[in-house]
Amino acid sequence: MISINLLALFYLISGVLFILALRGLSSPETSRQGNFFGILGMSIAVIVTFLSIGNFSTSFIYVIVFLLIGGSIGAFIAFKIPMTAMPELVAGFHSLVGLAAVFVAISAFLNPEAFNLGFTGNIKLASLIEMSIGAAVGAITFSGSIIAFLKLRGIMSGAPITFPGQHILNLLILISIIFLTYFLCSTQNSNLFWSLIVISFLVGILLIIPIGGADMPVVISMLNSYSGWAAAGIGFTLENTALIITGALVGSSGAILSYIMCKGMNRSFFSVILGGFGGADQISKSDNKEQKPVKSGNSDDAAFLMKNASSVIIVPGYGMAVAQAQHALREMVDTLKKNGIKVSYAIHPVAGRMPGHMNVLLAEANVPYDEVFELEEINNDFANCDVAYVIGANDVTNPVAKTDPQSPIYGMPILDVEKAKSVLFVKRSLSPGYAGVDNDLFYRENTLMLFADAKKMTEDIIKSF
Amino acid sequence: MEIDPFVFRLSIFILSIFVGYYVVWSVTPSLHTPLMSVTNAISSVIIVGAIIAALAGNNENVFNEASVFGFLAIILAAVNIFGGFLVTQRMLAMYKKKKK
Repeated sequence: MISINLLALFYLISGVLFILALRGLSSPETSRQGNFFGILGMSIAVIVTFLSIGNFSTSFIYVIVFLLIGGSIGAFIAFKIPMTAMPELVAGFHSLVGLAAVFVAISAFLNPEAFNLGFTGNIKLASLIEMSIGAAVGAITFSGSIIAFLKLRGIMSGAPITFPGQHILNLLILISIIFLTYFLCSTQNSNLFWSLIVISFLVGILLIIPIGGADMPVVISMLNSYSGWAAAGIGFTLENTALIITGALVGSSGAILSYIMCKGMNRSFFSVILGGFGGADQISKSDNKEQKPVKSGNSDDAAFLMKNASSVIIVPGYGMAVAQAQHALREMVDTLKKNGIKVSYAIHPVAGRMPGHMNVLLAEANVPYDEVFELEEINNDFANCDVAYVIGANDVTNPVAKTDPQSPIYGMPILDVEKAKSVLFVKRSLSPGYAGVDNDLFYRENTLMLFADAKKMTEDIIKSF
Repeated sequence: MEIDPFVFRLSIFILSIFVGYYVVWSVTPSLHTPLMSVTNAISSVIIVGAIIAALAGNNENVFNEASVFGFLAIILAAVNIFGGFLVTQRMLAMYKKKKK
């Protein structure tokens, strides 16, 4: 047994180590050390918890066994998962945090004595409120992340699901949650507690189904934030500093990422959450499309253009992830470099399905991170570059965002690809992107469309070189 | 009059939000995916609550209705802790500088 004050100090140390873990991510060099701090903080938190309970009996052995079972599953997943599946993995992990929060809240509700929260049927009011918040947010995180996971995995269509009265329904449910919490606190009735959890599961589902596939970066960040708030809620219930600190860190981290992603699309957080963007109603616009001339070419043309270039900028997008073209792309870049051509990569903040998605894929393909640039860092360079190679990106290159106030993507910061001397646009067809907007870039004088699968085309260009 | 401990916890909470705010803004955008996986791992420190819940059962009856939920939560949180830190490790190991 260690004293309660010593315990609190150790939890504080864990909390500080977690802050250092996030701090480490400010640059790739310090990031690995940061991750080590995180592991250390977690180990300290777990070990002192064991010491504080001091119950090294049969239950303790079971705890170790369950810990190892979970740990081996986690380790197995971590080693097996392909990098392209990272968005759904993160969504899946969020759901586990959410469900764990729900389970801990349930356990605390059923056996409040174990946590010093009062007695069954007579739980301290503050604890009951904190518990309800932790359970509700945890349940929303769980079911919301499951839907996000299914959409990212492609098991469920990425198209937004909307129905009349959706927002009113959501609003009513949210109000009912507040009422349930109120009555739960005044009556301590366990049925109300269970209803609260069930309804929160429902909210999570309803909240995520109207949000379309390409808005997933916001959704994942938002769920990341929720998982933090759920942990903080439980932290207040258990009066545990490590949980409160961590919950606050994760909560604000997810909120910032959501903000960055929304800004990358020039959309308000609420318009994303209310959903329905990129749905069928927008596609109807395409019927007034006249046949505009498009220049298309093959891999030989592309190789020819690149051979005569002195600088090339690569613009990857979600299509690169789908086609798993990152390795082929790096090989192509190696070939270009051998010919003395300067190559850099330009990443839009919302490229891909989660924050930083493209960077991880490029890192996986051994692209050095100092050749990869963010939008603000590289956007001025397009004017001086000979060839822009757009692979799997679409909406984020559409010049309409700068010129047409009527367009749904107007005002979105875009990569100024059209300023390059020539643009090579790898795409399977002329179909519009996620926003349902025709890309003006296809019809530009300096654009050469390469109609093919991203990976196949990139490999062909290497051969033609 | 003593200050309610809740107020202390609330202070810690609010200050941590600010610490998180400034620390996360300094994270380089290229590491946003590892940021998500590591925050995932650390938020699983909820496992301390799960451990307390699981060990609350007595020795004759290790699995009572409250401790079962604790044990389930231990599994979930452990998947996340090991999975989250290891996958972060794996990703970070891939970020390399240009060979000079």
